[in-house]
Amino acid sequence: MHVMKVIIALFLTLAIMGQTVSGRAGTPDYGGYIVTGSIGDASTLIPMLSTDATSHEIAGLIFNGLVKYDKDLNLVGDLAESWEVSPDGLTITFHLRKGVRWADGVEFTSEDCLFGFRTITDPKTPTAYAGDYLVVEKAEAPDPYTFRVTYKEPFAPALSSWGNLVVLPRHLLEGQDITKSPFGRRPVGLGPFCLSEWKTQERIELEANRTYFEGRPYLDRFIMRIIPDAATMFLELKSGGLDWMGLSPIQFDRQTDTPFFRNNFRKYEYLSFSYTYLGYNLRSPLFSDRRVRQAIAHAIDKEEIVRGVLLGYGVVATGPYKPDAWFYNPDVPSFPYDPEKSKALLAQAGWHDTDGDGILDKDGRPFSFTLLTNQGNPLREKSAQIIQYRLGKIGIDMKIRTLEWTAFINDFIDKRRFDAVLLGWTIGQDPDIFDIWHSSKTGPKELNFIGYANPEVDRLLIEGRRTFDREKRRKIYFRIQEILAEDQPYTFLYVPMALPIIHKRYQGIEPAPAGISHNFIRWWVPRSEQRTLVP
Amino acid sequence: MPLFVFLGKRLLVMIPTFFGITLISFFVMHLAPGEPMAVQADFNPKMTPEMRERLRAQYGLDRPLPIQYVHWLKGLLTLDLGTSFSADRRPVWDKIRERLPVTLLVNCLSIALILVVSIPLGVASAVRAGGIFDRFSTVLVFVFYAAPAFWVALLLMLLFGVHLGLLPISGLHSIMGYDRMTTLEKVLDWGRHLILPVLVSALGGLAGLSRYMRSSMLEVLRQDFITTARAKGLPERVVVYRHALRNALLPLITILGLSLPGLIGGSVIFESLFAIPGIGQLMWTSVMARDYPVLMGNLVIVAVLTLLGNLLADVGYALADPRIRTGGGR
Repeated sequence: MHVMKVIIALFLTLAIMGQTVSGRAGTPDYGGYIVTGSIGDASTLIPMLSTDATSHEIAGLIFNGLVKYDKDLNLVGDLAESWEVSPDGLTITFHLRKGVRWADGVEFTSEDCLFGFRTITDPKTPTAYAGDYLVVEKAEAPDPYTFRVTYKEPFAPALSSWGNLVVLPRHLLEGQDITKSPFGRRPVGLGPFCLSEWKTQERIELEANRTYFEGRPYLDRFIMRIIPDAATMFLELKSGGLDWMGLSPIQFDRQTDTPFFRNNFRKYEYLSFSYTYLGYNLRSPLFSDRRVRQAIAHAIDKEEIVRGVLLGYGVVATGPYKPDAWFYNPDVPSFPYDPEKSKALLAQAGWHDTDGDGILDKDGRPFSFTLLTNQGNPLREKSAQIIQYRLGKIGIDMKIRTLEWTAFINDFIDKRRFDAVLLGWTIGQDPDIFDIWHSSKTGPKELNFIGYANPEVDRLLIEGRRTFDREKRRKIYFRIQEILAEDQPYTFLYVPMALPIIHKRYQGIEPAPAGISHNFIRWWVPRSEQRTLVP
Repeated sequence: MPLFVFLGKRLLVMIPTFFGITLISFFVMHLAPGEPMAVQADFNPKMTPEMRERLRAQYGLDRPLPIQYVHWLKGLLTLDLGTSFSADRRPVWDKIRERLPVTLLVNCLSIALILVVSIPLGVASAVRAGGIFDRFSTVLVFVFYAAPAFWVALLLMLLFGVHLGLLPISGLHSIMGYDRMTTLEKVLDWGRHLILPVLVSALGGLAGLSRYMRSSMLEVLRQDFITTARAKGLPERVVVYRHALRNALLPLITILGLSLPGLIGGSVIFESLFAIPGIGQLMWTSVMARDYPVLMGNLVIVAVLTLLGNLLADVGYALADPRIRTGGGR
């Protein structure tokens, strides 16, 4: 009897212990580190000065903005707790968080916002991002926790522009030439991580900010290794030298589908913030007729490109936005693959094969043009080949030429010496696409280089910028997408997937429309799997 | 002509040559399409034309080219190479200084490896010219010579890094725990990391130099004084290693001197592959970014190395063969 009691007691204890143990497994542990790779080194960690992705990625962990996008891509407060837009849409008042401190202990105030604003709009600051701030008429800091900006006219993208470009520590930088200041290489931030070491072209090491206002990150360290060669980077991943990298479709599909990778890594896929398109020079007589552009859109099997080039890791694009954005219009004409319809459209436009050489002609001129694209992007080069094949089928002769990036831009795009181009754009989190589509932006070096002009689109683009109401904006951009789809100034091809792979020991990763790093400070490693610092 | 007069003359000729190189390079560089702003700002919707002009003025690119060149030259005369156009705006010399040692280290090790392997290989091939060893080694070095360096590198990384786990794949030293190592451990750690890059960078040179050594040796072996030495009854070893080798090494001096500047250019590939932060990588990134000051800075280094290499070759020759100094000859 007595023995029985002991056994029962023992069982009960074990059961309770078991519960506590399993309960504990759900509680995140502090400590550990993560190693990721980058093709290029950062240039400077002052966000307004750098233009490369690596610098912005690192600076994003060291600095915060007034606002940020959450995991579902809604604009939420960051250093600003809340904000108000005045009824006329001209003034935005930010109410800042209290008690946020720079890594050196000095309190963050609205003076830091004002200082950052003055710096970015200073003609002496070599920044590529001043545009959004030059339209600000007045910026003021009425008290330490209020920052107010007034615009000359309502500007809807204004709010998102107060993300992480501008806030700088005034007490450290005032009176200095920020281009020459050592701050760019030894920044003092207020974000979740602090820079601990930066070895040029070797690695950048960050340490958790223990006093971060949202709570310290679980991981102690973030290390980014600079590995200029993509193949080497993949081998490093395989040998344990990296915990996290972005894969190419072929690596994702074929090279990581092994027991080793399945046992040790987790793969994620989500739509990247970019799209690839075939753009026409609308000044060229070949493409000035909308029916010709629509015919080409019908002649290209976009599904085939997604399957063949992206191995399925992407979606067909129908316009300048990606399908999971709130301003994406799912009901625009999609121009499915239909070569017969293409031929009919081309015939309507006056293109016939009169001499029987297999190539369409009109007024004695064959339908022949050159597609330009940039060197070093295998996905685009392959897409170009598929397009060439498909256009050949309907009697259009297309040549492909790949060019080095800057030569391409300077000698061909800027001088408008092209028939058609295969390029890509990054998609912003705000729907404003004024600079790419407005007819006032066709000047030299401006982004509407294809020369697109549509009075209705022009009007809508301006209206979209002046409207803060989300529903109204949605309607405006829905209409713009309809017109663009109908006009086909570009044939939108695909939105590729981002394909990161991360070691299994990292917990807490939550894929969302914003990607996976939105909750990076909440990633953690169970203590038993934390690697020690000894090699 | 005494050696120092010869040397002085050679040095004097080097000065105009040097400025000629910088002049031509400066103008050619600016003729190439693309500008630093183009790289930073193209396809950035926020970059207005005014901002672009503002940046150009800040870089001094709005001034006429000859004035830009004179400005650069003035800096050079005070040993100031200017500041980089990249966003970090660091002095060019700082950037070069922190990378040059690594490149020199890898290249010196690789030259040492090339010499140690290719001289005996070339001599052995020449002595047994046409034999099995000669044929076999010829085929082998040419295979390595012909195989693309990046491919060989990847194979070696896969074998030693991934499958065997013996050697690190990239970088100069371990990431974690390096700071806590003793000096000896650090040296060993560097050594382990350098094995593959040095091997890969030496492979191409091995073929060239060993074949060069072979033909040079063959030529010497055919000469009369070797026949005489053999006729005197000297042992073959003495004939080959004392008489022939010394003479055959002479042309090697020139080759080595002239290959000095090529090393930096060749560094681009293996430094990118093995993620080694050297001058080759710096040069590559600054070409892509049209970072003119850094490019010119690198060019100065390469020009100085080329001229020094030439000088070394000349001096080496003059020392070895006094007839060159006097401008005489046969």
